[in-house]
Amino acid sequence: MNADFVLFGGLAIVTVLSALGMLFSRNAVYSALYLIFNFSTVAVFYLMLSAPFIALAQITVYAGAIMVLFLFVIMLLGAEQTGRTPPTWWMQPLALTLAAILILEGIYLIFTHRTSFPALQQTLGDFGDPLQIGELMFSNYLLAFEAVALLLLVAVIGAIFLSRGRKFR
Amino acid sequence: MDWALLTEWTIKSLALILALLGGFAYLTLFERKVLARFQVRIGPNRAGPFGILQPVADGIKLIFKEELIPAKADKIIFILAPIITVVPALVIMAVVPFGPAIQLFGRTISLQIVELNVGVLYIMAIASISVYGIVLAGWSSNNKYATLGGIRSSAQMISYELALGLAFTGPILLTSSLSLSEIVEAQRGIWFVLYQPVGAFIFWISTLAEVNRAPFDMPEAEQELTAGYHTEYSGMKFALFFMAEYIKMIAVSAIAVTLFFGGYRGPFVDQVPLLGPIYFLLKVVGFLFLMVWVRATLPRIRYDRLMAFGWKILFSLALGNAMLTALGILLADAFQNPIWLWSIPLMTIAFFLLVVYWMRGSIAGGNR
Repeated sequence: MNADFVLFGGLAIVTVLSALGMLFSRNAVYSALYLIFNFSTVAVFYLMLSAPFIALAQITVYAGAIMVLFLFVIMLLGAEQTGRTPPTWWMQPLALTLAAILILEGIYLIFTHRTSFPALQQTLGDFGDPLQIGELMFSNYLLAFEAVALLLLVAVIGAIFLSRGRKFR
Repeated sequence: MDWALLTEWTIKSLALILALLGGFAYLTLFERKVLARFQVRIGPNRAGPFGILQPVADGIKLIFKEELIPAKADKIIFILAPIITVVPALVIMAVVPFGPAIQLFGRTISLQIVELNVGVLYIMAIASISVYGIVLAGWSSNNKYATLGGIRSSAQMISYELALGLAFTGPILLTSSLSLSEIVEAQRGIWFVLYQPVGAFIFWISTLAEVNRAPFDMPEAEQELTAGYHTEYSGMKFALFFMAEYIKMIAVSAIAVTLFFGGYRGPFVDQVPLLGPIYFLLKVVGFLFLMVWVRATLPRIRYDRLMAFGWKILFSLALGNAMLTALGILLADAFQNPIWLWSIPLMTIAFFLLVVYWMRGSIAGGNR
């Protein structure tokens, strides 16, 4: 029972509760706020795994930029109140089944591979350092990095094309 | 956990928060005095000599005002929103170094709350969080002017955050580090504003938009939106929004000084470390004066032009600036000669003039 464990346990409870809050709020703005909270706690998990770069990127990108857009759209459309019934009858059972499978798989993996997560211990240390991440991205994972960059570029051009003014139609 | 270290952190954090709160109080007086001088008036001069007790009087007045909560407001978020606005403004300064390490009681104390190897990212993360307070205040008031103000401010902050983030890349590339104290140390010889004139300019304009200062104070444009997102707030809750705005002014000035104007560095800082905070303070006050000057001079720009300016001019300038900075550093590397770093200001200023000439019709009049 060390300090890390207590920290992890507290955070885990907060994470799960905020995720449940996100799911069960009737008000879409509250759901968005719970999700922001959830993203921030996940960022703290990254900090505990000594990956400050990823933690702060998580806050900047997810809790900051993306969720502001979510809130913006919710407020712009005035879509705060969600209906009581789901849109289609098969969605809820399907989601529950899939979630159950995921949880069972996770539990199975943790209990069978409990002693064999070799990568975890090695990657700690200064792995999360921005310098290390940059070096990895531009050496080992250069192809993947460039592919993602190309994908994002295509998405940006697509967004500009879709929102082009009347003059260019 | 080392107790001495914990005490040191607590004392430093308290000192920073008290300095920011005191700075906020006297920044309001400073702004009113300077604005008055710009408009050939005298400004507040009744409370105490030269009006120096005016902030105290304002504070007492605000504390005793009645606090209203609109009947149809979302109460929890309505009360939380001012707090969510103030906290990021207070914590963003935690990674900014105020001076070199000093010797005190036999301990080496660095004049910085935390030395973070991802300090610049920390600033970006907090800046991206700080929009929520304003948006939520606008939404929870259940008032159409407040909601419009909140939505406007979120659109504005998202748009200008892009240019702001790209302006950060200049000093990062020149230092090849994300740590703010290393960025300051790298400016030992020369301030980065000389290598990055366009970057500093973009940074300055987008921070004005980020803290909702004139001429970008759209979220509270009083002719159109009465008071924008804080229309329904009164008493201390309003004071918290006011406080957040002025503390953010101080914080962004301090960050601008750190990134582009040598931070605490100046003549004789190595011999007398205590000069560091003094230089830092002087530079920050210079920037604050500049902000008040801009407010006294420029009218508020129209909302659609604000967005067009942010996306069409500032963003493209920032992208070009980041690319040309990288190119200049590559050139200096290739020729093994730091003189090539001076190609950065030449190229970026040429690019700046080109963009301004090319885009001249797209903001003022012309087709949108």
